Amino acid sequence: MLKDVSFGQYYPVRSFVHNLDPRLKILFLIAYIVAIFLAKEFLALGICAALLVFGVAFAHIPAGKVLRSVKGVLFLVLFTAAINVLFYRGKTVYWEWGIFTVTFEGIMTSAFLVVRLFLLVICSSLLTYTTTPVALTDGLESLLTPLKWIRFPVHELALIMSIALRFIPILADETDRIMNAQKARGAELDSGGLAKRIRAVVPVLIPLLLSAFRRADELGDAMDARCYTDGKHRTKYKKLRFSWRDLIVFVLIAALVAGVSVMRVYPVFAL
Amino acid sequence: MRIVVNHLNYIYNDRSPFAVQALKDVSFTIEHGEFFGIIGHTGSGKSTFVQHLNGLIRVPSSLKRKPIKGDMTELRVGEFDLTSKKTDFRALRRNVGMVFQYPENQLFAETVFEDVAFGYRNFFDGKPEKGQVESAVREALGIVGLDYETVKNVSPFDLSGGQKRRVAIAGVIVTHPEVLVLDEPAAGLDPLGKQEIMRLLHRLHGSWCKTIVVVSHDMDEIAENCTRVAVFAEGTVKYVLPPRELFHHSEELLSLGLDVPLTAKLCLELEKQGVHIDCDYTTEDFLRKVLALGKGGTVC
Repeated sequence: MLKDVSFGQYYPVRSFVHNLDPRLKILFLIAYIVAIFLAKEFLALGICAALLVFGVAFAHIPAGKVLRSVKGVLFLVLFTAAINVLFYRGKTVYWEWGIFTVTFEGIMTSAFLVVRLFLLVICSSLLTYTTTPVALTDGLESLLTPLKWIRFPVHELALIMSIALRFIPILADETDRIMNAQKARGAELDSGGLAKRIRAVVPVLIPLLLSAFRRADELGDAMDARCYTDGKHRTKYKKLRFSWRDLIVFVLIAALVAGVSVMRVYPVFAL
Repeated sequence: MRIVVNHLNYIYNDRSPFAVQALKDVSFTIEHGEFFGIIGHTGSGKSTFVQHLNGLIRVPSSLKRKPIKGDMTELRVGEFDLTSKKTDFRALRRNVGMVFQYPENQLFAETVFEDVAFGYRNFFDGKPEKGQVESAVREALGIVGLDYETVKNVSPFDLSGGQKRRVAIAGVIVTHPEVLVLDEPAAGLDPLGKQEIMRLLHRLHGSWCKTIVVVSHDMDEIAENCTRVAVFAEGTVKYVLPPRELFHHSEELLSLGLDVPLTAKLCLELEKQGVHIDCDYTTEDFLRKVLALGKGGTVC
C-alpha cells in the first residue's frame, strides 16, 4: 500500500552503521562504486563483497530486506548478462550459432558484471536503509558546501530536498484518504481497461493537486511569517560530528580503494 | 441494517518495525435505526474502525484463520459478512455511505451537478437515464439545503466552506444509503455551520438513512444528538452507553483526555458543593432543572 512509501527505505533499528556520519556514508558509497569498477579480478571484487557483507551484518538489516532491493533490478541485470554472454567475442569458444557466440571470456565478463551491479544496488540501498532522509540531505548539504564558492545555492537545494522528502508521506496519506473517499462513492480505481483506469484517476488527482498547492501556500506563508530568509546565518539543531566510528570506516574505505587500485596495476591472478 | 462487531483487531504495518495496533478486540452492536456516536481522542482507533464498515479496510484473512486469543472475528453490516472475501463490496458501499473528515477535499468535478452525480452513476446498475440522474441530484441537493437551480452549474471550488461540505455530503447520500457513517462531520465549521450540519443529520435520520454513525471528539455534539455512544481509547472500546449514563463516568472520561459536556461538568461541580441534579445532560433539560432548583422547587 501507499503507507509503505511514506517511510521511504529507512529501516529504524540502532546499529553501528546507523550511527555513522551521513557524510561519511555518502562518501563511502561513492568510494565503493569507484572500487568495484576499478576491480579487475575476482579477488578484488571478492574483497569488496566481503566488506559489504560485514556492512549489512553490522547494520542489523535482515538479509531478506537486502535481497528484496536486488529484486527490482534482477531482470535488467540478467538481461544485460545474457546479452554479454551471447555477444562477447573471446578466444575460448564453447558454442557458436549465427551471430551468437558463447565464450569463456564472455561468461566471465558477464559474471563480473552481475556481481558488480548487485554490489552497487546493495550498497546504495544499505545507505538508504540506515540513513534517514533528513540526515541524508544534511549530509549532502554539508558535502556540497564547497560549491557555495561558485555561488551555487546549496542551502536552498537542501531545503527543497528536505521539504520534498517531508511532504512525501503527507501526500501519500492524502492520496490514501482521497482514494478511500472516492472508493466509498463507488469509484473503481483498480479494475477495468486502460482508458477506464485513466479516467478513474481524475477524481483522485484533482483533489490531490489542489491539496498540494494549498499546503505549499500554507507552508510558504508560515515560513514568511517567521521571517525565513536564506541559509547564511542559520544554525542546525543536529550538528554533524565525526567520531571514532567514522574514523575506522574512513580508514577502511581508504584501504579498500588503495588496495583495489594496487591490484589493478599488479594483478594477483591475471584473468 | 444492524451492525455487529466481535473481536475486531487491526494492526497497521503488520510485521514491520512500524507495527501499531489500532484496534484491540473491539466488540459491540449498533442496532438498526440508531443515531450512534463514536467518541475518542486522536489516535484512539475510531477512524480506523469506521473505515471497516464499508470495506475500505478489510479484515485480514490471516486474522480469521488464526484469531487472536482464540475468538473468531465477526463483522457484519446487515446481510453483509465483511470477513468473507466473497462479499459484494460494491453493493455494500451503496448501502453504507461514508463521509470522510473534511469531505470538501474530495470534490473534483467541474460543476456541483457532476460531482454529486458521480456516486449515483458509479452505483447505478447499467446506464442511468438523464432524467433519473437529474432528479436524484436535485433531491440530494435539496435535502442538504442547497438550491438546485442556483448551484448546479457552479464550480464546487467557488462555494463557501460550509456549502462545499454540504455538496460533498450530497455526493454521498445521493444513492440513499441505509447506513450513513460520518467522520467528524462538523470539524472546522463555525458554531452556526455545526448546528446546520447536525440539523441536516437529523433530517436524514428521519428520512433517507435509517442508521447514522457519527465519529466526533466533541462531547456536546454527541450528547445532544446520539442515542448511544461508544467511547474509544487506545484502540479498545471502554463503554457503549446512552449519553446520559455515560456521563456518570465523567471523571474517568476526563482522565482519558476526553472532554465531557459542559452540562456534565457543571453537574460535577455542583455535586462537589452538595447539590445533586439528575438530568439527561442536554442543555435544555439541565437548564430546566437548574431553574427549578433556583425557584426552590424539587429536583426530580
